[in-house]
Amino acid sequence: MTILELPVEQPVDATMERRRAIQVAASSSLRRRKLSSGIALGVCWAFLGIAIIPLIAVLIYVTAKGLPAWSVDFFTQSTTPEGIPGGGVWNAIVGTVEITLIAVAATVPLGLMCGLFLAESNGWIAATLRFTADVMTGVPSITVGIFGYIAIVKNFGGYSGLAGAFAIGFIMLPVITRAGETAIRGVPQSLNEAALALGARRATIARRVVVPTALPGIITGVLLAVARGLGETAPLLLTIFGNQYLQWNPTKPMEALPILIYNDSSQPYADLVQVAWGAALLLMVVVLILSIGSRLFAARLQKERR
Amino acid sequence: MSLPDNGYRTMLAVAAVIVGALAVWLVVAIVIQAHPAFVTLGYSWILQKTWDPSHGKYGLLPFILGTLESTAIAVVLAVPIGLGTALALAYLVPHRIRPVLSTAVELLAAVPSVVYGLWGLVVLAPLFRTTVEPFLTAVLGWTGLFNGPNGGVGLLLAGVILFVMILPTMVAISRDVLAVVPNEQLEGAMALGATRWQVLHKVVVPGARTGILGAFTLATGRALGETVAVAMVIGNSPYIAHSLKSPAATLPSLIVNNFGESSGTELAALFGAGLVLLIIGISVNSLARWLVWSTSGGNSQAGPR
Amino acid sequence: MIEAEATGARVEEGVAVYGDEVVVDQPEPKVVMTLADVAVAFGGRTAVRDVTFDVHAGEVTALIGPSGSGKTTLLRALNRMHDTVRTAAVTGTVQLGDLDVYAPSTDPTLLRSRVGMVFQRPNPFPTMSIYENAVAGLKFNGVRKKSLLDEAAESALVGAALWDSVKDRMKAHASTLSGGEQQRLCIARALAVEPEVLLMDEPTSALDPIATKRIEELVVELKDRVTIIIVTHNMQQAMRVSDRCAFLLMGEDKAGELIEFGPTATLFSEPTDPRTLDYVNGRFG
Repeated sequence: MTILELPVEQPVDATMERRRAIQVAASSSLRRRKLSSGIALGVCWAFLGIAIIPLIAVLIYVTAKGLPAWSVDFFTQSTTPEGIPGGGVWNAIVGTVEITLIAVAATVPLGLMCGLFLAESNGWIAATLRFTADVMTGVPSITVGIFGYIAIVKNFGGYSGLAGAFAIGFIMLPVITRAGETAIRGVPQSLNEAALALGARRATIARRVVVPTALPGIITGVLLAVARGLGETAPLLLTIFGNQYLQWNPTKPMEALPILIYNDSSQPYADLVQVAWGAALLLMVVVLILSIGSRLFAARLQKERR
Repeated sequence: MSLPDNGYRTMLAVAAVIVGALAVWLVVAIVIQAHPAFVTLGYSWILQKTWDPSHGKYGLLPFILGTLESTAIAVVLAVPIGLGTALALAYLVPHRIRPVLSTAVELLAAVPSVVYGLWGLVVLAPLFRTTVEPFLTAVLGWTGLFNGPNGGVGLLLAGVILFVMILPTMVAISRDVLAVVPNEQLEGAMALGATRWQVLHKVVVPGARTGILGAFTLATGRALGETVAVAMVIGNSPYIAHSLKSPAATLPSLIVNNFGESSGTELAALFGAGLVLLIIGISVNSLARWLVWSTSGGNSQAGPR
Repeated sequence: MIEAEATGARVEEGVAVYGDEVVVDQPEPKVVMTLADVAVAFGGRTAVRDVTFDVHAGEVTALIGPSGSGKTTLLRALNRMHDTVRTAAVTGTVQLGDLDVYAPSTDPTLLRSRVGMVFQRPNPFPTMSIYENAVAGLKFNGVRKKSLLDEAAESALVGAALWDSVKDRMKAHASTLSGGEQQRLCIARALAVEPEVLLMDEPTSALDPIATKRIEELVVELKDRVTIIIVTHNMQQAMRVSDRCAFLLMGEDKAGELIEFGPTATLFSEPTDPRTLDYVNGRFG
């Protein structure tokens, strides 16, 4: 055995030089880097604050200005011209509810069946349809209104609640279709297979197994679609035209809350503007309840599924 | 008693065809109705700058510009504020209050546009006229963007209202794509000695950039198509705006204001405007969907927002 | 000292004796990091405890033990990676030279420029090129001089045995590299900052055998340049690359604890603790 060499443990000089240079840069820039980080993060927080402010502001203002308009008369009387006291928004409520119900009655079955179709197929046809549905959500609402006008008002000779329902339905359709497809795809394949193995027909499976299981997701989608539809004004302006009086017949021009708000808000008469605020509060409350409700519903359904 | 399988499948296919046909019908119907305008006026009328139906002029340029400008204001505000908010929601806010705050921002999207219009017209417009516009003119007047009287209603207010309306879109989608940047990349950056902001700025945001672009495009699409809130606060002047404070008009506001009373060539021109709007809306929306779709790894489950 | 013992010399008063020959006094390598009674708990539940050992400069120290014994948790405590976990609590003392790692006055970002980390799965930044990845750490730490960046990047890539394959495509995206190459890029990225200690968390477990071998060779080559602490669940790997080993085992309270620490050769041939003996004999994995 020979003498063992001492292990040389010093790293190469260049490395030490670099290490020193890097550490100098690191420690001298530390304050600056931490300051930048703090400022940038602070800006993000500030922006978050800015994002929340409008919601709070709108809620406060609409409530403050709209609440005084609420009275028994407000909810039970139809609109009166300016200057005549005692008017309400009953005709607008009737119109809004009828149109929404008709739209839902038409769109939900159609959208659901389309959703079932999409959930069960994967070819290019389905992909195109899915893309189409997505693009439909991007059609400007005024264009949907124009379409409603062309399709129904022109062809059937006049403004009507049905034309409005058609336009609102067009807006709701893609939302329900996609929500339906997502909910149905969420149903475990094993359920499907078990039912098939028992000899059930596909229609029966859909009716008895798939849809009931997917129902919570479907309902959430429908609620969201309704919330979206309630907030649309432009399509209604071009299709139902508005009506000062109470009108139950959907084949005639009707009034709706968004139209009332739109028209009355620019009037120089204070009492009409007051009515507009009241209607705005009503509309906003309903839409927010639907939106929050559908979220809570969806969250609860997530929990139950666990 | 349920339908036999064949009947069932056919029924579903029919439903699918109806939905597809509706979409196609919309495009066809509008093209057909707009066609007379192009026959009568040629193709360049879209870009003329005078809209004066009583003299046979149907230039759409002021409205196209108004649409673009009001959208630009909204987007210039929404992108940084939206991104910052999204970063805060995805990485800075404590876990427990994250859902509450996220929902609060998303609820902005639930407020009906007509309510925003009302609020903008009655509450914000006076505020703009008395406080905001004078302030901005004093501070930024040198840019030449703030000439003219303080009117309250106008491009600026419309842009701000649009910003509030598209913010939830920008935030919600950005937040989702920012949050799914793989944790291992964040750790990699942290382990090298990066500060929190450096991690977000150099690793997280670039990692989510396609999705953010998609969010931006989607938000832009929303702003371009918004009708009622804009119509209520933009002042509806058919001339090209020369200042941010001027009243202006957009394609949607033009249509909604004039549709009821117009006929003949004017009506056809409005249909033409609707067609232009449709083309813009569909292109921007398709682009956005493709961008968002390609980031989520081709997950076609992502529903509409 | 370790090599001396391993080759069968007797050690008397700090001097290695071979037969009748007296060899020159070999000083113990300097201690670069010390751990004293280190424990990590998450929300009150202890994950690893009673860890005390010294890390010597220029050596590879391996943390070994079956899964769940807290090796990774312990490793990540050394560069304060648990700082971002709200429920985490690290007790005991970790010293880097004369710096108390967990002192309130110690800045974690600065610490991490001195203690680098390589992760189990290669994690190069996907939006950055190879060059940008290599200099990312330097830029994070405020280094701006192009000459220093280039020099450090080249030296690091050479050290990671990657320079020859990438020097002509530095602008290419990191994702164009294979898994093994990506991991070596991550090693280069960590090396570029010239840390004193490099922590490696099972760096080869996501790689194929050939890439694994390359990295093991790299680890041995690099230890002169940077002290390495490596977590590995592979005993043979520990035997191949490490100079000292710390053996951790999960106790009955589900917390990992340090069972034994010592030179690798000793630990694997004549361990003090019977549990170590069982582990190295493969009686549990």
